[in-house]
Amino acid sequence: MTGPVLEARGLTKRYGRATAVTGLDLAVNAGEVFGLLGPNGSGKTTTILMLLGLTEPSEGEVRVLGHNPLREPLAVKREVGYLPDAVGFYDGLTARENLRYTARLSGVPETEREERIAKALERVRLSHVADRRVKTFSRGMRQRLGLAEIVAKGCRIAILDEPTSGLDPQSTHELLELIRSFAADGMTVLLSSHLLSMVQSICDRVALFREGQVGLVGTVPDIAAKVLGGLCLIDVEADGVDLQSAIGPLEGVRKVTVGKAGTAQVDADADIRPDIASAIVKAGGSLKRIDISHSDLDDVYVRYFEGKEDRDAA
Amino acid sequence: MQRRGSALSGMMTIAFKEAADHFSSARLHLVMVLIILTALGAIYGAIGQIEATVGQDPFLFLRLLTTGRSPVPSFVGFLGFLLPLVSIALAFDSVNGEYGRRTMSRVLSQPIYRDALLFGKFLGGVIVLAICLVTLWLLVTGLGILTLGLPPGGEEIARGLAFLLACLAYAGVWLAMALLFSTVFRQAATSALAALALWLVFTLFWSMIVHGLVSAMAPIDPTDPQTLINAVQLQAGLDRLSPNILFGEITQALLDPATRSLGLVFMSQLQGAIPGAPLPFVQSTLLIWPQLSGLVAAMVLIFTGAYVVFQRQEIRA
Repeated sequence: MTGPVLEARGLTKRYGRATAVTGLDLAVNAGEVFGLLGPNGSGKTTTILMLLGLTEPSEGEVRVLGHNPLREPLAVKREVGYLPDAVGFYDGLTARENLRYTARLSGVPETEREERIAKALERVRLSHVADRRVKTFSRGMRQRLGLAEIVAKGCRIAILDEPTSGLDPQSTHELLELIRSFAADGMTVLLSSHLLSMVQSICDRVALFREGQVGLVGTVPDIAAKVLGGLCLIDVEADGVDLQSAIGPLEGVRKVTVGKAGTAQVDADADIRPDIASAIVKAGGSLKRIDISHSDLDDVYVRYFEGKEDRDAA
Repeated sequence: MQRRGSALSGMMTIAFKEAADHFSSARLHLVMVLIILTALGAIYGAIGQIEATVGQDPFLFLRLLTTGRSPVPSFVGFLGFLLPLVSIALAFDSVNGEYGRRTMSRVLSQPIYRDALLFGKFLGGVIVLAICLVTLWLLVTGLGILTLGLPPGGEEIARGLAFLLACLAYAGVWLAMALLFSTVFRQAATSALAALALWLVFTLFWSMIVHGLVSAMAPIDPTDPQTLINAVQLQAGLDRLSPNILFGEITQALLDPATRSLGLVFMSQLQGAIPGAPLPFVQSTLLIWPQLSGLVAAMVLIFTGAYVVFQRQEIRA
């Protein structure tokens, strides 16, 4: 399929006088893993609910596989699987019964139902507890059961809201593996999160949310380049020297941020590690470590919001 | 804006699931045990009373339902009191419970409309109520046959069935009420408390409230008989705002065939009537038709309220 499978234009949601989402434009292509990133309360969940048609946008338009979720909600919901933040199940029912219920609701033909459910449970490795009540499930198992529901539904788009929030590293890893395998099967995945380094590892493209608007869209390196604006970040660790005065005057240094116990981060226009090293040695310090900082998404993210605050203050 | 697809798809799935949940819930078991015990007590008392006072009665079975031996009220009295409780127990957490379990958005992201969810929940409750009432009715009839040694007559069965229907309508009003509260209040405890408070108002305090209102709004002037009529009519009108009173009137007309009127009767209207002679079943139904319509209308109205609130609700859990 060509063109975006999920598209939003000028999406706006107002609650009374407060605006949750403002003029949001988004396009997700088929087979992509797309991440919505932003702090809590930045409008990610509202956006997801509007994409699903569970909340009516105040303005703007949404297209999911060519359908409008407001006019043809059933067609949209048939193709889209949704895993809400902190998903809940009927505790008194078993995993299999829970899936059976939603499979009935989503109109999975009766002849295929049991087989599909069994396969879905197998895939998320819950077969051994399929007939246990969900009451006894851990958070990670519940999230996986939520994914099993999406598999059993057989949809083309999966929307996952904070799928790994509150999970331990092991469960997070398992869940990410599952999401990756969905994408490998050709499913389009849209997920939201504030755990950036995690999302970095599985998302093809990312949209950075800030106060109800999409600040930046692109691949992680793209965004990093845009936010950092060609900056080179260098981590320095040295003893017996005042880093600020030693490095600050060097050519090409924009800013020195001194951290704890003789560490500092230097914002520079280029890779000037040799200059810094010799400056420290000249000042009589003992250089312990000097590194190009991994400009991962966490960095980008923090800097992005720092930048915003600076501008607000100005 | 025209929306595509049936608003009812998935409704029966939800209704059956709800019904299944209810039948396996400790809550319903508890309330049903309470009802069956009180029913047994009431019937037992009634049998003693009937044996003592009535030798020949063409409607012995109906007496079984309406006779109480002080201090135990009649079976019908118990039902009027306890049926709302069953309905409230069934529905007070049906919508807010879904939010509480965080299953609402997951269910609504399936290809169904919100309508189906609310209809299904109501229908599930009605299915449970119907099954419980039919069981209870059969139980009581069987008990009657055993103890009286008589099978019920055709007319008695017809009246009994009509009574069953009235019970369902009455319980339906309270079911809709509890559903409305469960939609309005996000906390299950709040909605249960609100429903129970309303139940208390209607079962215990309504007649007092009406009495106060009538004496304030239509004072009786001893020299003008018309004021008396006005007062009585106002009282009847206000009384009938309560589903309990409507249910009481229906059971009175249905189960006591000698009932000829549920309001004021003037001497002139009684001319030629044989006091105590039973009305045919069809005439009794005509008598209760307005009350029955009132109950059904209240049920529809309250459910519509819940529907409107639910449709406008923000789904975030």
